[in-house]
Amino acid sequence: MKQEFNIIAYTENNIGLLNRITIVFTRRKVNIESLTVSESALKGVSKFTIVVETTEEQVQKIVQQIEKQVEVLKAFYHTNDELCYQEIALYKVSTDDLTASDKIESLIRKYNARILEITKEFTVIEKTGHKEETQEFFEELNQFRVLQFIRSGRVAITRLTIERLSEFLKERDKMLSAID
Amino acid sequence: MAEKISGSEALMRSLLAEGVDTIFGYPGGAIMPIYDALYDHREKINHILTRHEQGAIHAAQGYARVTGKPGICFATSGPGATNLLTGIADAMIDSTPLVCITGQVASPLLGTDAFQESDIVGMSMPVTKWNAQITNVEEIPGVIAKAFHIATTGRPGPVLIDIAKDVQFAPIEFEYVKCTKIRSYVPTRPIDMEQIELAAEAINKAKKPFLLIGHGIIISGAENELIELIEKADIPSAWTLLGNSVLKPEHPLNMGMLGMHGHYGPNIKTNECDLLIAVGMRFDDRVTSKVSTYARQAKVIHIEIDPSEINKIIHADYPVLGDAKKVLTKLLPKIEKATHTDWINEFKACYEIEFEKVIKKDLHRNNGKSTMGEVVRKVTEKTEGKAIIVTDVGQQQMIAARYSGFAQSRSFVTSGGLGTMGFGLPASIGAQLGKPDRTVVAFIGDGGFQMTIQEMGTIAQENIPVKIVILNNHFLGMVRQWQELFFEKRYSFTEIKSPDFVALSNSYGIAARRISKSNELDNAVSEMLNHDGPFLLEVVVEREDNVFPMVPSGASVSDVILEKSDQE
Repeated sequence: MKQEFNIIAYTENNIGLLNRITIVFTRRKVNIESLTVSESALKGVSKFTIVVETTEEQVQKIVQQIEKQVEVLKAFYHTNDELCYQEIALYKVSTDDLTASDKIESLIRKYNARILEITKEFTVIEKTGHKEETQEFFEELNQFRVLQFIRSGRVAITRLTIERLSEFLKERDKMLSAID
Repeated sequence: MAEKISGSEALMRSLLAEGVDTIFGYPGGAIMPIYDALYDHREKINHILTRHEQGAIHAAQGYARVTGKPGICFATSGPGATNLLTGIADAMIDSTPLVCITGQVASPLLGTDAFQESDIVGMSMPVTKWNAQITNVEEIPGVIAKAFHIATTGRPGPVLIDIAKDVQFAPIEFEYVKCTKIRSYVPTRPIDMEQIELAAEAINKAKKPFLLIGHGIIISGAENELIELIEKADIPSAWTLLGNSVLKPEHPLNMGMLGMHGHYGPNIKTNECDLLIAVGMRFDDRVTSKVSTYARQAKVIHIEIDPSEINKIIHADYPVLGDAKKVLTKLLPKIEKATHTDWINEFKACYEIEFEKVIKKDLHRNNGKSTMGEVVRKVTEKTEGKAIIVTDVGQQQMIAARYSGFAQSRSFVTSGGLGTMGFGLPASIGAQLGKPDRTVVAFIGDGGFQMTIQEMGTIAQENIPVKIVILNNHFLGMVRQWQELFFEKRYSFTEIKSPDFVALSNSYGIAARRISKSNELDNAVSEMLNHDGPFLLEVVVEREDNVFPMVPSGASVSDVILEKSDQE
């Protein structure tokens, strides 16, 4: 039975690693719903947050294959309720539509969105939240014509375990030195 | 102040520091500075010029398989590098340690579709354990050290390093430090004693244990521990294609080969055992066939070094992560002495049936022609099982696997996971150079031979004393067999015309002989083995012979068929 999983991977910050990781998904014909890569709390260590829709059996195998890559430090998967996550979305509307009535303005207030930028021609609105929330806002706003729309990948923090990357790396170093 | 040397010279010194003594390669524009540096070291490093980069990489594989050391190959950019890809994919799936160095266009030209530029790093990503492109000369010693560490530790595999041409010229103050650890790479996990306890308990309780010998035992050097284990607990064992030669043929617990063309007993009894002990093998589909009907009744112990292989295909009730030799060493003291005579006799009964229906016919036919099995047996007898056997891919490969027998481990070199036709001839070159004191005999089909036929030139130039046996049935035998059994004998483009192999061989200055009668076989094999230098023996065999037993594609291993009429 398929469901949404979040795969989180800590890797070295090297060129080509993104390709190696996406190959794991391509080979198994699993679509990547969204992907975020950025520097983690530790300098030189990148963090990948990848959202997929698949079975638990499949995601277990995918995580193992990702960890197998030499430059990957650690990879694991979480369901949505094991994480506290956010996505950001930007919506462009014409400034004339915005000022024509107060309907857009009340939508912005209702959905806790904020205005990022206003020019004579267009206005950019920003909203953070889960996909369902940003999608709902989009559909409401689109009644007044959204000119451009973009949704970001996911940033997430685990609810359950405390991850301390620097401690993990110290343990790893000890383990590697112990192996003869 | 330390002297400055060129990037190419730094590469040479790095390779020497890693103990490299043999390189298989083919020069070209983008790798010329490296070849120039190599020229100064030609006393210490033996470089073999092959006739195609694919020949170089299969030779490097043959070398790595028989020595356990990483095989090294050089190729230039563009087509030189892409010609390595088949061998890299082959090494990846068969866990063979390789370090491939490719030249690359100068770094300002990268990404411009320059002459002989190809994105080999991008292309080889799915089939290398690790790869890297060097565009800064300072990186050379570190990257090479890392490459050797990765290729040779844990589950071995191929590594490719792409070096830009300007880097090969650039100056560097050289210092080499071997790589002993990489924080993101754990080659072997520390052994979990709880896993050992559970596995030992399962083995001691089992009434019908069955052990599967995989390539991992050879890679780990765990042959003695394995033999001690099966003898202590009286466990019948069978081997994967790449696990061949761990057990001597006469060992009382050697039940034969697993797999699609394996022996009858191992296939049938897989679905009757109560405990399956898999050591250093990955449950390849040629072994399991239909997974949903594979050993469902048994508990499974999976002793494996690569965590991603556990539960990949078959669920492991008792996974034991670690290096085979270390695991077996820890496991042995916990294993109780046992006997399973009745269970073992069931395997023997299967062998009797197989002998009557298959093996007798495979080893002798009364029509005056030699059978493939007969030729393989004759070579095994005359070499007393001490030769290194290399095969190509197809019917001859299966027959060679079934009917050779080995006096020592690490003696069977074949392309298993990828099944690369053309592997045999160049691999035999590498094997001979890796073990110059042993006889190397290659069994190759008429089809596979023509795929890398140009490597006869390498053999001639270097005078490599390999013994090549071509089993010529004028067909792409294995494909023809499937067309006979599953496609109503519609031989779609499997009949193949070959050159006069003897004349071809002689044109290279290599001695050769053709036989077609079984009463010539004994004399011909003796002539081949006694000949001082390379020798090609062409044996004309039956055109339409089939390899049995066979587990048909998609069938259960219990449904292994012994002869054609079994199918109806």
